[in-house]
Amino acid sequence: MKNLLIALFALILSCASASAQDTPVQDLLQEHRALIEKSSRKTIGPAIDALARSGLPQMQTVLEAWQAKEIWQRQADGLFFRAEEIDRTTLNLFDLDSGADLGPTPDEDFKQLKPNSGIRAMIGTALVQFQLSDPDPAKRRDALIAIERDPESSLLAPLRASIDSEQDAAIAAQKRRLERLLTIGYDADSAARIAAINDMAGDLGLDVRATLNPLTSSKIMVVSGDVPAEWNVAETLKPGSEDLPAAEAYALLVAGGDALPRIDDDDIRAALIANIQGGSVGGVPVHELDNDDARLTAYAALAEAGVVPATATDADIDDRLAEYTFVRVYDETDPAITTAVEEALKSIEVKVGLNQTLDLTLDALSLASIYFLAAIGLAITFGVMGVINMAHGEFIMMGAYTGYVVQQFVPNHTLSIIIAIPLAFAVTFAAGVLMERLVIRWLYNRPLETLLATFGISIALQQLAKNIFGTQARPLTSPAWLDGSWVMNDIVSISYIRIAIFVLALIFLCVFLFIMKRTRLGLETRAVTQNPRMAASMGINPNRVNMLTFGLGSGIAGIAGVAIGLFAKVTSELGSDYIVQSFMTVVVGGVGNIWGTLAGAAMIGFLQKGIEWFNPSNTLAAQTYMIIFIIIFIQFRPRGIIALKGRAAGD
Amino acid sequence: MSTLLEVSGVSVTFDGFRAINNLSFQIGKAELRAIIGPNGAGKTTFMDIVTGKTKPDEGRVLWGEKSVSLLKMSEAKIAQAGIGRKFQKPTVFEDQSVQDNLMMALKKNRSPMSVLFFRATDADMDQVADLATQIGLGDQLYRKSGELSHGQKQWLEIGMLLAQDPRLLLVDEPAAGMTLAEREQTTSILVEAAKTRAVVVVEHDMEFVRRLNCKVTVLHEGSVLAEGSLDHVTANQDVIDVYLGR
Amino acid sequence: MNTHKSFVMRNPSVLYFLAMLALFTLGVTLLAEGTGTGLISTSFVKTLGKTLCLCLIAIAMDLVWGYCGILSLGHFAFFGLGGYMIGMWLMYERTRLIVTDALAQAEIPPTPQEIVDGIGTQIFGVVGSNEFPLIWSFAHSLTIQLILVVLVPGILALVFGWLAFRSRVTGVYLSILTQAMTLALSLYLFQNESGLRGNNGLSGLQNLPGLDDVPQSTVSIWFLWASAVALGLGYILAAWIVSGKFGSVVRGIRDNEARVRFLGYSVETYKLFIFTVTACIAGIAGALYYPQAGIINPAEIAPIASIYLAVWVAIGGRGRLYGAVIGAAFVSLISTWFTGGQAPDINLGFYTVQWVDWWLIVLGMSFVLVTLFAPKGIGGLVDLWIDRRAPARHGADLGPDDGSLREKEASE
Repeated sequence: MKNLLIALFALILSCASASAQDTPVQDLLQEHRALIEKSSRKTIGPAIDALARSGLPQMQTVLEAWQAKEIWQRQADGLFFRAEEIDRTTLNLFDLDSGADLGPTPDEDFKQLKPNSGIRAMIGTALVQFQLSDPDPAKRRDALIAIERDPESSLLAPLRASIDSEQDAAIAAQKRRLERLLTIGYDADSAARIAAINDMAGDLGLDVRATLNPLTSSKIMVVSGDVPAEWNVAETLKPGSEDLPAAEAYALLVAGGDALPRIDDDDIRAALIANIQGGSVGGVPVHELDNDDARLTAYAALAEAGVVPATATDADIDDRLAEYTFVRVYDETDPAITTAVEEALKSIEVKVGLNQTLDLTLDALSLASIYFLAAIGLAITFGVMGVINMAHGEFIMMGAYTGYVVQQFVPNHTLSIIIAIPLAFAVTFAAGVLMERLVIRWLYNRPLETLLATFGISIALQQLAKNIFGTQARPLTSPAWLDGSWVMNDIVSISYIRIAIFVLALIFLCVFLFIMKRTRLGLETRAVTQNPRMAASMGINPNRVNMLTFGLGSGIAGIAGVAIGLFAKVTSELGSDYIVQSFMTVVVGGVGNIWGTLAGAAMIGFLQKGIEWFNPSNTLAAQTYMIIFIIIFIQFRPRGIIALKGRAAGD
Repeated sequence: MSTLLEVSGVSVTFDGFRAINNLSFQIGKAELRAIIGPNGAGKTTFMDIVTGKTKPDEGRVLWGEKSVSLLKMSEAKIAQAGIGRKFQKPTVFEDQSVQDNLMMALKKNRSPMSVLFFRATDADMDQVADLATQIGLGDQLYRKSGELSHGQKQWLEIGMLLAQDPRLLLVDEPAAGMTLAEREQTTSILVEAAKTRAVVVVEHDMEFVRRLNCKVTVLHEGSVLAEGSLDHVTANQDVIDVYLGR
Repeated sequence: MNTHKSFVMRNPSVLYFLAMLALFTLGVTLLAEGTGTGLISTSFVKTLGKTLCLCLIAIAMDLVWGYCGILSLGHFAFFGLGGYMIGMWLMYERTRLIVTDALAQAEIPPTPQEIVDGIGTQIFGVVGSNEFPLIWSFAHSLTIQLILVVLVPGILALVFGWLAFRSRVTGVYLSILTQAMTLALSLYLFQNESGLRGNNGLSGLQNLPGLDDVPQSTVSIWFLWASAVALGLGYILAAWIVSGKFGSVVRGIRDNEARVRFLGYSVETYKLFIFTVTACIAGIAGALYYPQAGIINPAEIAPIASIYLAVWVAIGGRGRLYGAVIGAAFVSLISTWFTGGQAPDINLGFYTVQWVDWWLIVLGMSFVLVTLFAPKGIGGLVDLWIDRRAPARHGADLGPDDGSLREKEASE
């Protein structure tokens, strides 16, 4: 019943419009019928423009339908309709002006308009102006993205027109920004463009640079005599300089037809081979052709005879190059604009540099906190007991694998990490205490032997991990809330995991300071560090202190392992990747002082990032230079940045 | 009597603690001198400064007739210049024989090349044997020095010092842990040595100092408190205060 | 008188060693494929030849660690450098012959530049280049490269040692610093920009240029002999260095660095001397090793290799030259056996122990056990055999076990 009513209503409407002959859309379409029927990308432009500019409210639907290949033409009278295919042979027609449903019709008499992709894109552009003021904000945003992706001069006017009526503040700002960028690229008025350029100077967005950079595109031009005044010259180039090698400059001359080509050595050789006659070429015996001079002589003889094209000699090249002026000319002809663009780019570059420095600092900070985490356990055992634990890296690995195993049983990532951290501490604490009891305690005062014995343990543990977990990397997945990065702008960003590690390092620093300064264990540890014999005589059991210290150091390594495992792949070699850096941190920082370790970690982190910045493509080189720097640094501070001095260093 | 070693105005600070405070000290060419003082008076630090192990914050240390400054020289250079040092703990090379120990100490060119091509002559062997006899180890030449008794090690170390033929001998508590008989022999070795060279003995033991019968310097809190014969300094009220407490 | 005896009389072990080395070399020659009955395969002759080179570097390690107390974790870097130096010539010269041959077939004779470009493309094609880096300037000359085998490790050791010893870095610090040096070098060589073909390393070194007609079975015997001669000479040199007064001083440095300094010896110079000489020996050992191995790449220089070197010497017995030789030969051969898959698996019923997987664990643990219970290593057995008693030590616990660190720390 309801359907019937609607149909009836629609029928009345269509009759009404038809009777009034008020069909501007159809009229317009008919006006451009020839072009539309031809449906060629090259000629369709005016038709689409006419439709888009008509200002008719129905036009958006029409264009969308056209783009979606839903416009059909009745062969009989050439009228256009929107149609939906009901089945293979039947169409449901709609009137374009009124939108009225004209009911199912057999499709025999109708021909579908099939715009190709080029035309569909043009229609899309034309549609943008409607979408820019579409009531749906999502559509408006889509339109802006479409403009951004494919900017065009024709979009400038509708974009401008849509700004004032924009209600949504965020979209309005986006529109204004886009308007500035389009103005830079496409406004007819130079002054307006320069104003827009100046407006955007200092903006860090990649889109700004993407807009500005093409304006500075240039090509190298050759001219003999004066440079034409209409050329917007960026600079004059000297052939043979770094910017314009002589060979390249000469190639330009050759390409312009102004000079003889220089035949390259391989071609000369091929030409000579092709023209060997009776054991000689161009009068030169073949066996004498073992140097370039002889070959040139022979080739010149061939050229003389007209067998091969002549080649320019080095002297020719120099002479010719001297006759011409080489200039780099902007494609943009207005010098005012190129100057403004260059200046804007320069100011952006300065800002980019500053922000890159900030980004680098954040990176370095996060690297430093990783090294700090990895080294702090080592520093404790080395500082307190004078023992180098080569198996420290394997404790880190053990912690990471503990995290992996926990995740096999506890699928919730947040929960599993919360369980893994204390568990990793417990596992490596136990391993550390065991190792101290079984091995290290027998080797006190024999530091080099401790180093080697713990190395034995290290290779055994590493192989054991390989046997248990295999050689392939195991994932330790971080909780979802640690995914992603904190983005400040297009340049500065830092992932949440790294922030978490930084926080973890801070927590460790505080916990460590608390243990050392506020607890009995800390007091005893400090006493044993400074004077073991004296401490023993005061009733402190150095054995117990050593055991606990070693356990503590190892336990921290375990937690560091969980943290490192979150962003690095967990393999049996995880520990050895960090061990040398950890050693360096301890050595550079100075022994027996947490602040030293902190300073060491900071220095190594910043140093590594700094060197990487100079040579970003090559992290291997960065590590090489860093180690060399450290070796030299040790020259000046053999006992580290923060060294214990005087008698406290161990009398 | 001309001066062999002159230390003047020397101060050194460890982490805010003034171990040596404006110390001045002189010793002649053939003189026996005892330095006494309570613990922490700076006796060992004084020796460290003279032998180049510790660099003072300020002051001068001048050596020999030409008054060369010792402050710029390395330990090895200072030792080659003629200052020998005996440590409190007997430090001989326990893994090597008495003969090797003495041969190493014998005054010869110390550069690696000449040491590498060194071959002991008969004269060298005789000299080593003489020294061994002098320190009472004549029949122990081929024993590993690690097998020696504590006292024998002390003598071996003194023997090594004598082999170096130094012009100044710094001896740190030579009598510590010795039996009475061993002390007497040590005394005679030192007194004999002081006939041809300067000898500075740091000692706690007043009885031993008395036996040496020489000029005494009393150190306290890093500077000289008193100087003179033993009877003179023991009569000094300051010295009594320091040793016995007020 | 002790010191008046001849060098050999004072060091009877040198004669025993040389005799055994000669017997071994002759025996292998008689049993080898190329020259004898064929009982020993060519590849095993190469393994034995390489083992002799490893024994030579173990002697160097023993000099620097067992005698001088410097636990260097960098001697394999010198070994590798020696290998690279000879490898450059081998690779250049062989490639040159191949390229010259190939170009001689062409219709017109090549220019010198074409030959150089051809060699460059052959050698550096894998790293996307055909230019000769500066460090290859002398690769054409065997004489210069042979000198560089000694000179390059020597100069590196001299500069590094001078920096390290001058600032009185000792003990564990020094070990870590040497390890850092090794790591830096291997990381550097891993880069293509190093000019030594990055992680491809140098290859085809087993082929001697111009001697393609000589079968590998014969070449392997040549290298076995060369390695044996080098080992013999190295042993004599090391024994000579440590036997006299120099040896006394060096062992004194190991046991009590400060005391030696107060005797007037410039400890730094002596350490530098030993460090540099052993680096040169290591370079020679490497130059003989890699032509037998056929390939050298930066992984060979990784810090772990140098630590294994220390392991060999420790297991063999520090402070005695034959101990180092025994340790290197024993551990490296047995490692080859276990990791080569020849060792039979052990079936425990519930688990099969595969030695390829478990050998490193056994090695690691046995190393801990040796350190704990047999600090003298295998060489200690010789003491038991000839009933040589260690001196009963009184007073301070000095000796090789302490290294120099403790003395340094105790006195500063």
